[in-house]
Order: sequence, then C-alpha cells, then structure tokens
Amino acid sequence: MNIIQTISSAPVLVQARDVHKSYGANEVLKGIDLDVRIGETVVILGPSGSGKSTLLRCINHLESMQKGSILVGGEQVGYVKRDGKLYYANAAQLARQRHGIGMVFQQFNLYPHMTVMQNIIEAPVGVYKEKRASAEDYARMLLKRVGLLEKASAYPRQLSGGQQQRVAIARALAIKPKLMLFDEPTSALDPELVGEVLATMRDLASSGLTMIVVTHEISFAREAADRVIFMDGGRIVEEGPPDQVLVNPKHPRTRAFLNRVI
Amino acid sequence: MAAMDRAGSAITADSSEGWDVSRAVAAVNYPRWALTCAAILFALYMAWMIIANDAFQWHTVFHWLFDPTVMQGLGVTLGLTVVAMVLGTIIGLVLAICRLSGHRIASGFAGLYIWFFRGTPMLVQLIFWYNLATLFPQISIAIPFAPPLVSWDTNTIITPLTAAIVGLALNEAAYMAEVIRAGLISVDHGQSEAAQAFGMTRQRALRRIIIPQAMRSIIPPTGNQLISMIKGTSLVSVIAMNDLLYSVQAIYNRTFEIIPLLMVAVVWYLFITSMLNFAQSHIERYYARGERRSEAPRVSTSDMEDAQ
Ligand SMILES: Nc1ncnc2c1ncn2[C@@H]1O[C@H](COP(=O)(O)OP(=O)(O)OP(=O)(O)O)[C@@H](O)[C@H]1O
Ligand SMILES: [Mg+2]
Repeated sequence: MNIIQTISSAPVLVQARDVHKSYGANEVLKGIDLDVRIGETVVILGPSGSGKSTLLRCINHLESMQKGSILVGGEQVGYVKRDGKLYYANAAQLARQRHGIGMVFQQFNLYPHMTVMQNIIEAPVGVYKEKRASAEDYARMLLKRVGLLEKASAYPRQLSGGQQQRVAIARALAIKPKLMLFDEPTSALDPELVGEVLATMRDLASSGLTMIVVTHEISFAREAADRVIFMDGGRIVEEGPPDQVLVNPKHPRTRAFLNRVI
Repeated sequence: MAAMDRAGSAITADSSEGWDVSRAVAAVNYPRWALTCAAILFALYMAWMIIANDAFQWHTVFHWLFDPTVMQGLGVTLGLTVVAMVLGTIIGLVLAICRLSGHRIASGFAGLYIWFFRGTPMLVQLIFWYNLATLFPQISIAIPFAPPLVSWDTNTIITPLTAAIVGLALNEAAYMAEVIRAGLISVDHGQSEAAQAFGMTRQRALRRIIIPQAMRSIIPPTGNQLISMIKGTSLVSVIAMNDLLYSVQAIYNRTFEIIPLLMVAVVWYLFITSMLNFAQSHIERYYARGERRSEAPRVSTSDMEDAQ
C-alpha cells in the first residue's frame, strides 16, 4: 500500500482489500485496495462508468461484492464473524453497522412526504431510538450549520436543489456518523447552486470528519481533499495528494481525464 | 394571426408600454356558453322526465326509503363492504409485498393466488364458498398425516354471512394486491435506498417511507374498488344474505312495486357512493402534502384574433 506520508498516522477507518464486483459478466470493480484514515477527506475522480459509485455503495453494503473485504471501523458491513465462519448479517446487525456511515446521494433522496425536521430525525428517533427532544435539538443545530434553520417545517419540494442537498447532508450528519459518503452530491444541481453545497462540505472536511467524496468538481478536490484517487476501468490507477495528482499526474489516463474536465 | 408573421414571434421591439396584468380578463367564449346552456337545459329536461313520470311512483319510493327492512339491508351492505374491504386490503398488502419480495416461492404463490381469484367469476366463488361443505365436510387443524387436533363441521362454520365475507374478501384481495403493487413500484427506487442506508429494516422502510408515498397512487383505484365492492355485495343475495338489494327484492315480491323499490336501492347506492367520493378527495389531499402546488396560468379559451 502506498499510503502517502503527508497524512498523519491516524488509525485506519476504512480498509478495502482486493474488492471485486461484477454485474453479470461485466466486472465493474477489478481488485480495489484502499485505506482511509480517521479525519481524512478522500476524493475519488474518474470517467463515467469507472466504478466510483459502485465502490462507494459497496462500502455501506447497498451493493454486495463478490470477492475481497471492506472493513469500516473494524467491522465488515453486511457480514458477521462467528465461530470462525463468515455469515451474512441480519437486518438488525446491518442497521447497527450502518449507524456509523452517513450517505449523501446525487438525487438527494429526501423523503418528500416529511418536513425537513422529520426527514432529519427519522433515523435517529425511529431507527436508533434517541429521545425526540434531543434529536430535534441536534437537528436544529445541524440545520443552523448548513444555513437552513428557518426551513425546518418546509417540505423538500418547496426548497431549491441546493437547499435540498444541504438538508440531505444534515440528515446524514444526524446519525452522528464516523464516515460520510458523498456520491456526486452536486451533479444534479444548477451551476450557481453548486457553491453552497461545496462550501458546506469544505466546512465538514475541515472539522475533521472522515469523508469519501465522488465528484467531478476538481476545485473541491484541490481545496478540500487530503488525498485524490483516480479510478479507471474498475481499478485505482493513481492516488496521492491533490497538488501531485491534479497538477503532475503520472498516469496518462489521469492526464487525459484532467485535460478533458479542467 | 398577423403578429405571428413578423419573424414568427408575437414579441416586437416597439411594443409600447406594458399594461398591469391585474386588469386582465378572460375573453368570452360564445360557443362554449351555448354548449353549457344546452347541457343544462338537457339535464333539467331529463330530471323533469324522471320526476314527473308517474311510473316511478315517487310517493312509494319515499314510503319505503326508510323502512326498517331496507335500513337493515343497508346495514348489511355497509357492514359487508367494510369488513370485506378491510380484510381484502390487508391480504392484498401481504400478497403485494410477497409479489415484490425477491423470494421466488412467496412471489410465485402470490402470482398464483391473483391469477386464480381474478380469473374466476365472483358469483361462482361465492356459491363455491357457500357450498364448501359438499367438498370438505370437516375443517380441521392438524399436522399433515396425523390425527386432527381440532375439527369443526363445515356446515356450522359456513353460514351465508361467513361465506359472503370470505368470498368477497378473498376476491377483493386479488385486486387490491395489484393496486398496492402498482403503488409500491411507483415510488422512486432512491427512496428505499436512502431508507436502507439509514439503517431501516425492510418493514420499517415500507411502513414509514414507501407506503405513505405509494398511497397517492393507491387511493384513486382503491376508491374504484370500494365502489364496485358496494355494488358487488349485491351478488350475495344469491346465497340468501339479506343485503340492500335482497331486502328490496323481498319487499317487491310481496307488493309488486318493482320499479319504485329498485329506485330505493338506487338512491341508497348513489348516496353511499357520493359519501365515499367526498371522503376520497379528503384523503387524497392529505397524502398530497409536500407537493409543490402552483396555480396554472390563466388562459382565454376563445379563438380570437391576436392583433393589438
Ligand atoms: N445495477 C446495475 N446493473 C448492471 N450494471 C450496472 C449497475 N450499476 C452500475 N452498473 C455498471 O457498472 C459500471 C460502473 O458504474 P458506476 O455507477 O459505478 O460508475 P461511476 O464511475 O459512478 O460513473 P458515473 O460517473 O457516470 O456515475 C457501469 O458500466 C455501469 O453500467
Ligand atoms: Mg456514479
């Protein structure tokens, strides 16, 4: 593993080893090795279809893989070890394992029949059995942080795309995750709304949250990433600090990709 | 259409000052007015034909409208509808979930059930349940190939009432299963994905996230089902259940006032249906919360020249 030494020697939170994933005959991930340390912000870049979303979704087991292993906080999400055997996790175990992982989707996926406040407290109160009052207090704190405190009783469809995505970020933070996954959080947004979401994410990155971000926003990678990973054809072809990968890419594929998007 | 000829656009550089749109009115559409008047006249004429026609014997209709026998029949019809609909919806929900579960046996069973109950006439099903005793004289709970634990005489269990409820509910379940399934698959896949990512179990995701959103497309066809169920209950008169239709038939068999008594039944069926329509629109409004509602821009409907 070529973990870059600029990152402190903080403990590893996510450890992927030889991850393989196929859809039928189409092998989408062809052996991914990845370590993400606590507090790190890792940005994944790569052309469309290179398997970025698939990798992200394997991490919280929205997608199951065929080979390899992924540990998050020392646990294999979706599986339990017992008596020297590996079993598929049941619903309750899976819910507990996912407690530490927040996810933000490209299409927001807010619950349209619930208000912003209900969206945020649904998992903490309904799934993780927190007290409603304290969950609401925490939700208000999060809404203030993403600048949407006055929208607590609005329904998602009454908000702009950028506001919806910031609510979605607050909703993911409400379960107090150790790890945040972002799958192209700004791709469904109009250009003038991208900035507000990226600003929120930069704020999170600098607060020491561990984040894995799939994005096409090179500026975000440059400013907020501790490490940039470039994927192509189901493999990680290059990784390193942003000023190396983005400015002086070694691999011709990375160079070609960056020439196209910048 | 003169304005259109100029560069294909109604907007011209010299269009003088803009007028405040709060002064705008809809242009009068004379053909539509004429049609509306004709329709109202026709409706009035039809109403007059029915009210003034002595053959309907309206005084007889009013005489029987609140008769205790009719009231009791109405109660049976309403009761049967409610019980069969509730049971049918619950079984239908289970069938729909089985159908959509990746589990091959569960989904196969649900498919078979729906195929059978939608594919055979309601009337035949009712008669079948009523005559269950000829096929299975005993109903018992038992471990296969062992002596029964408990056992009942089929004839004591299957009365006209239980045959009617079982027949109507099981048939309804097949239709409700499809209505509910259509509603569940109309909800965006991202919703169940988000629910999963936030640690919800499948049941919780269905209950809190998927079903409330599916309700919007489940309710209109369910209203349809409920209305055909109300009228469908009239079939149970063949197995001697004294529903609304059966009770008016019982009366006109004595008095021979066939048309007025059928009108009594018609009036009550229409009354219940109207109440249901009213309730349905309220329920729909409840589940439409969170929708972005905006007024459609107003337009004139007449074909006037567009010249300034
Ligand atoms: N559910 C699925 N069934 C079959 N093939 C799939 C499925 N999801 C993804 N794929 C395939 O897997 C490959 C990788 O998809 P993935 O969504 O991970 O790409 P990506 O890098 O996120 O691309 P993008 O930048 O367009 O989002 C693609 O070739 C895609 O066609
Ligand atoms: Mg993707």
